Amino acid sequence: MSDSSTFVADLSEVTPERDIARDLAKRAVWVAPVFVAVGAVGWGATGAASAAVALILVVANFLIGAAIITRAVRISLNALYGAVLFGYLIRLGALAVIAVVLKGSGDWFSAVPFAITLLVTHLGLLTWETRHVSASLAFPGLAPEPVSQVTPEENHSK
Amino acid sequence: MLNVLAQTAAGEMVEGLKAIGAGLGYGLAAIGPGIGIGTVVGNAISAMARQPESAGMARTTMFLGIAFTEALALIGFVVFILLLP
Repeated sequence: MSDSSTFVADLSEVTPERDIARDLAKRAVWVAPVFVAVGAVGWGATGAASAAVALILVVANFLIGAAIITRAVRISLNALYGAVLFGYLIRLGALAVIAVVLKGSGDWFSAVPFAITLLVTHLGLLTWETRHVSASLAFPGLAPEPVSQVTPEENHSK
Repeated sequence: MLNVLAQTAAGEMVEGLKAIGAGLGYGLAAIGPGIGIGTVVGNAISAMARQPESAGMARTTMFLGIAFTEALALIGFVVFILLLP
């Protein structure tokens, strides 16, 4: 019986999805000015605002998805299954509500730059991150050292 | 019912049908990714249960797989938001 609790404890020690989501968020910050600029050039101020909202939604989607997995793994693998699927449903529902609210909120929102930014950033950031992860798996020396495994003494000696 | 439809302006009818189509499209587009995410997570859980030492790699692949599968639902979401009156 103690095996399952040890197993869950082992699973909760590493949080790769959180690291990936944070990495995606950092990359989204890097590319954000490009998309906002494209939105501003093509659609004016409404395009820039819509592209910014789309970027925020993409990053929030990644971070919330990762947080759900990280929390559910600490409970059990069954909880992970349920949490991922219900999390998917809830995030889709939240996106629909946000879309309706944005559409009805006034003239500052433009659907086309919002849609383009949403799709391109989601797929582009994921492809970028997948290339990084693949390279890290093929050449482990490229993978950054997990911060949690560095003791203060080691950190000080560096 | 027919009287109500006959009294409705053509423009309103089109707007209403657009809204219904958008909602239906979004819902239908979410079915496939839902099945896909279930498959991805189910197989990742099997992998973690069989080989706990490779759980980190399984979770990395699982998260990326979920995110890629969600892109399909996002396409449905984009159609939804473009069709929404």
